[in-house]
Amino acid sequence: MSPDAPDKTAAAQPASPFLGPGHSYASVTDKISSIVLVEGTRKGWLAGFAIAFALFMLFNMAVAYLLYIGVGIWGINIPIAWGFAIVNFVWWIGIGHAGTLISAFLLLMRQAWRQSINRFAEAMTLFAVACAGMFPLLHMGRPWLFYWLVPYPDTMGTWPQFRSPLVWDVFAVSTYATISLLFWFVGLIPDLATLRDRAKQRLAKVAYGVLAMGWRGSAVHWRNYEMASLLLAGLATPLVVSVHTVVSFDFAIAIVPGWHSTIFPPYFVAGAIYSGFAMVLTLAIPLRYFYKLEDFVTERHLDNMGKMLLATGLIVAYGYVMETFSAFYSGNQYEKFMIMNRMTGPYAPVFWLLIACNIAIPLTLLWSSRIRRNVLALFLISLVIQTGMWLERFVIVVTSLHRDFMPSAWGMYYPTIWDWATFIGTIGLFFTLFLLFIRYLPMISIFEMRELVHKTRD
Amino acid sequence: MIHRVTDSLNDMKRHAIYGLLAEFENSEDLLSAAQRAHEAGYRGLDAFSPFPIEGLADAVGFHSTRIPLLCLVGGLIGCFGGFFLQYWPNVFGYPLDIGGKPYNSWPNFIPITFELTILCAGLATVLGMLALNGLPTPYHPVFNVPRFELATRNRFFLCIKAWDPKFDLQKTKEFLATLKAKEVSEIES
Repeated sequence: MSPDAPDKTAAAQPASPFLGPGHSYASVTDKISSIVLVEGTRKGWLAGFAIAFALFMLFNMAVAYLLYIGVGIWGINIPIAWGFAIVNFVWWIGIGHAGTLISAFLLLMRQAWRQSINRFAEAMTLFAVACAGMFPLLHMGRPWLFYWLVPYPDTMGTWPQFRSPLVWDVFAVSTYATISLLFWFVGLIPDLATLRDRAKQRLAKVAYGVLAMGWRGSAVHWRNYEMASLLLAGLATPLVVSVHTVVSFDFAIAIVPGWHSTIFPPYFVAGAIYSGFAMVLTLAIPLRYFYKLEDFVTERHLDNMGKMLLATGLIVAYGYVMETFSAFYSGNQYEKFMIMNRMTGPYAPVFWLLIACNIAIPLTLLWSSRIRRNVLALFLISLVIQTGMWLERFVIVVTSLHRDFMPSAWGMYYPTIWDWATFIGTIGLFFTLFLLFIRYLPMISIFEMRELVHKTRD
Repeated sequence: MIHRVTDSLNDMKRHAIYGLLAEFENSEDLLSAAQRAHEAGYRGLDAFSPFPIEGLADAVGFHSTRIPLLCLVGGLIGCFGGFFLQYWPNVFGYPLDIGGKPYNSWPNFIPITFELTILCAGLATVLGMLALNGLPTPYHPVFNVPRFELATRNRFFLCIKAWDPKFDLQKTKEFLATLKAKEVSEIES
């Protein structure tokens, strides 16, 4: 029997909500690997890459100028010393969280629908963390001294302040980046072997062959591999919760009104997942359209992600309500002033826009299954949520700092063109990396799709 | 463990052929073939599939994996190492009295201890998985069979290695033919 003859099993396959009808091991393998190996560079990809790369160059320019002049080119001042850098840091790292959640938490829950979205969601995590990591480094002013944050026996005889959440952050984010990279790479190994075996060009064969490290799908390999994946999932699930908790400690451990709150850790984690799922949708919807992947990323996937948005969005809404409630319930004049200032002060339009983007628009529309299955509506909602989550971090950072205890120490924060250039530049960095990923690596886990074909047959 | 050591030593001896490779069309045939080969007394078995198949590792005689142990050891190293990393500088290396707080203010050390536990456990798991699987493997004889490239697409393979005491080129070939194999090929070593 020739390898290209259709599998007998394919025809008898019942429809699965997570996979289009009529797929066999061979068809899923060929479809996903051909995007990388056969189709080559498309015009649309090239256009997208050109835009992303131009923005990435803008980022490089902004960073070069920053290193030359210093952080004074940004709008930060006293009292608002954090500004865009921390807003963007929290936003990006939050976006990353959905990738880990999909691949780790849903794996532990044995949710089959994660299998076709986990690969690019993990890639999204990795690139979002890379973008996030830029901001604290650049914000330090002298980024070349970043290694002072790392505990090592130095000639100065000093150590990092281990009681500070900012040092916890260093450990949390670097662990998160490392574990995300490992998880992503481990998931890729069998697929790299698939590409090695499918590649026709010598260079591609050698490159994928080296990366696959000689994977040959032996039963013993699979046993060790599956155990390792399960354990990594078990490790990554508490990790992802801890990372955004530590990020929220950066705020919550300070005494600034609007930051000093015990609801921060759960509400930050929920917000992170909220924005992350929105980003997964922002990426998944164009990908399935341009690469004709509707069989793999089905309506049911979009529907499920819409439900995740609804659930996490409601937790976020609860966070906002409790924040307001406890400000008044505390009876503390600074807390009360902070919340009134947020709603009616100079940044009030930003606050109300945030409520519109995060609560009013998505949490009313997403209840409807017609909207959750409407690709365009879902795509627009995902963009609205990401804007809203960015505004949320802006409100938390800026409105809390700009008017704290002493009116004589109040101030205003206005981002400069360099703030915007750095922020938009990281979006360019993100999409540059992401487009390279979809061009050179399988964007859907091939072996897990074969597994899905196997399972839906039974 | 001993089985694995003899396996690799035997691999190194380089028989003229590495073994025989039988090709199957689906996972059920491969699983039952592996079970029957094991029942027939073959011990130098390996099976290859495009996705993990439940029970296949047991069928070829591999029953337990050491990955959880490695993960635990990594996690413990990270946990104690991480705590010590903070305890030592704060209590001995560079003690600072800040507002009368105790030098060993352990609740403050928990986040970093936790992160390093996860980091070391994760690294141990992944590196352990690669080491136990013998990856990277720059050369492996099964790749000499041209059709083996379908092992990452839609075909399933069973290998009986030549070092197996029961291995006999002709007889093993005949045995494999009785197992619903589509094709049986010799693997050059």
